[in-house]
Amino acid sequence: MSSIDTNTVWEMPGERRPLVDNHESLGTVTTEVLQAAESPKPPMLWYAALGLASLLASMFGLMIGYLFLTGTGIWGNQNPVMWGFPIVNFVFWVGIGHAGTLISAILFLFRQKWRTAINRFAEAMTIFAVVCAGTFPGIHVGRVWLAYWLFPIPNQMEMWPQFRSPLLWDVFAVSTYFTVSLLFWYLGMVPDLATMRDRANTKLKALGYGLFSLGWRGSTRHWHRYERAYLLLAALATPLVLSVHSVVSFDFAVSQLPGWHTTIFPPYFVAGAVFGGFAMVVTLAVPARQIWGLKNFITMRHLENMNKVILLTGSIVGYAYSMEFFIAWYSQAPYEGFVFVNRATGQHAWAYWIMIFCNVVSPQLFWVRKFRTSIPVMMFVVMCVNVGMWFERFVIVLSLEQDFLPSSWAYFTPSWVDWAMLVGSFGLFFTLFLLFIRFLPVIAIAEVKSVMPEADPHDPRGGAIEHHDDHDDSGKDQPA
Amino acid sequence: MTTLPDFIQPVTEGETVTEAPAVEKAGWGLMAEFENPAQIMAAAKSARDQGFRWWDTHTPYPVHGLDKAMGIKPTILPLLVLGGGATGLLSGFMLQWFTNATSFDFWALVPIRGYDFLISGKPLLSTPAWIPVMFELTILLSAVGCVTWLLILCGLPQLYHPTLRSPRFARATDDRFFLVIESKDPKFHPERTKAFLESLNPMSIETLED
Repeated sequence: MSSIDTNTVWEMPGERRPLVDNHESLGTVTTEVLQAAESPKPPMLWYAALGLASLLASMFGLMIGYLFLTGTGIWGNQNPVMWGFPIVNFVFWVGIGHAGTLISAILFLFRQKWRTAINRFAEAMTIFAVVCAGTFPGIHVGRVWLAYWLFPIPNQMEMWPQFRSPLLWDVFAVSTYFTVSLLFWYLGMVPDLATMRDRANTKLKALGYGLFSLGWRGSTRHWHRYERAYLLLAALATPLVLSVHSVVSFDFAVSQLPGWHTTIFPPYFVAGAVFGGFAMVVTLAVPARQIWGLKNFITMRHLENMNKVILLTGSIVGYAYSMEFFIAWYSQAPYEGFVFVNRATGQHAWAYWIMIFCNVVSPQLFWVRKFRTSIPVMMFVVMCVNVGMWFERFVIVLSLEQDFLPSSWAYFTPSWVDWAMLVGSFGLFFTLFLLFIRFLPVIAIAEVKSVMPEADPHDPRGGAIEHHDDHDDSGKDQPA
Repeated sequence: MTTLPDFIQPVTEGETVTEAPAVEKAGWGLMAEFENPAQIMAAAKSARDQGFRWWDTHTPYPVHGLDKAMGIKPTILPLLVLGGGATGLLSGFMLQWFTNATSFDFWALVPIRGYDFLISGKPLLSTPAWIPVMFELTILLSAVGCVTWLLILCGLPQLYHPTLRSPRFARATDDRFFLVIESKDPKFHPERTKAFLESLNPMSIETLED
């Protein structure tokens, strides 16, 4: 019975929806995934998007140059809001960067096979987001030419970083995260780069993909070690991804400020990061599958699963918001109480309520299956989440506005450079992403093949002659 | 690396495969091509039972169980990664202890001196505050070590290999399965090994030149 209802997105016993649609052979998977990279000309939309994105990225570069020449006074940062947009943007981008490793590492350890269709570009997204994230603290130090002071480099001043500071932990956490994510992404891509090398139709492509595929030839002796290495990297990346946003939250939580000095911050930040990261994955996946024709791989089942994760993590974030309020009241600490009431009713109350609507209210639509599987609704929700998660960090940083000394209270106003840098960082992110989608395998081809029934030597579709019913775990959807 | 424009053309089902002219010399090895994972699994079991040592299978994705069918021993990679992790943990501690809690100097190309950084009256040996950096360096050195050792154990990067010269072999990263027996194997014999490969019903057999 090959008549599976492909509109079935949920799983019922015996009616499990296949992970890959409309493919009965391994070779067509290669061709279809690589058509984005192998088609002689990408769609016009790609050129238009790349043009716009690289324009914005250049603006980002110009703004950074302006900052270097002039100094941090061009930002809206003022006493007492010393952190302002750069740190808001940093935490926002690091958060976005969490979904990739979550999908590749944690879902891998949980044996969630559906991850194979989305892990490659989620990982790419992670790396590009961390590139954007790393820029902001780098330029926020003010005297950029002294940024190497962040690292323990022997110097003639006999001066070392102060390792008791969470800001320094952050340097190590973010740089480790970037390195490990890059290794994980690249290692996963090596077999697919070899596929591209073997299909290259120009000398330049064969040379480029040949160099980066390291001479991979699918040897089983290599696969054996490769799979073990991949498992180890996943096991290492899992605590890492949890630690990175915990350490980012320490930047706030270890300080002695009301509204920041709370123990709920690490888990709340991690949940928020996964929430925002998955929203960005859906934001990119929906247009990418449409434009590049990847609907057979990134099916509605994948999108629905991601929306479920968004619903779950969004609810955790909502719980954290209310728990912060509860503790502020329950502790009876007047400063703590003031900060939270001020967030919801003070001068930046509009930002707080945008955050609540986007992060807590809008994902509740996903309780309804019809909304979870509707492209317009899901795009609306994930756009809300993208905005809401930026505002979450904005609200947290802006607790600085009303410090202990009322005479220094102020209304924080970002400058035009602040806005230009925020928009410019999106330009950088999308430039890198668009280049990736054109020149690298967007979907982990080898991994997708390995979850197809055609890849199983014990399945009749994989060529098995004898068929034992007691080993049959693929339900009643066998071809007649 | 061959870049024949036509080798990505799919071979249609049932097409007769024209052989290279029969050669007596051994070449680098013999390569047999199979269509599906079940065939390569059966072929690998036979080749293992024949007692070959210098042989390999090549598949577009990791065929589960094939490494066991070939009799590949478990890799020592996890132990090497553990070594990397232990190095990271220890160096994370030593780094923070030396730079923030000591005042002696030692020679590492230039004399470098620790600094006993007394801050907020906290103890010099503030191990709890050092845990995040120790943890991150543990992960960093494990992961870098994992990838480095993987490449060393696999002998990669290797930009030339006799199999990569075969246009047919290009499909090893696409949708075909290959069994390669090298001529340096003590049990290799140009005629008998070829006959053995033929008995496995491959789609094609090819002699690989070095």
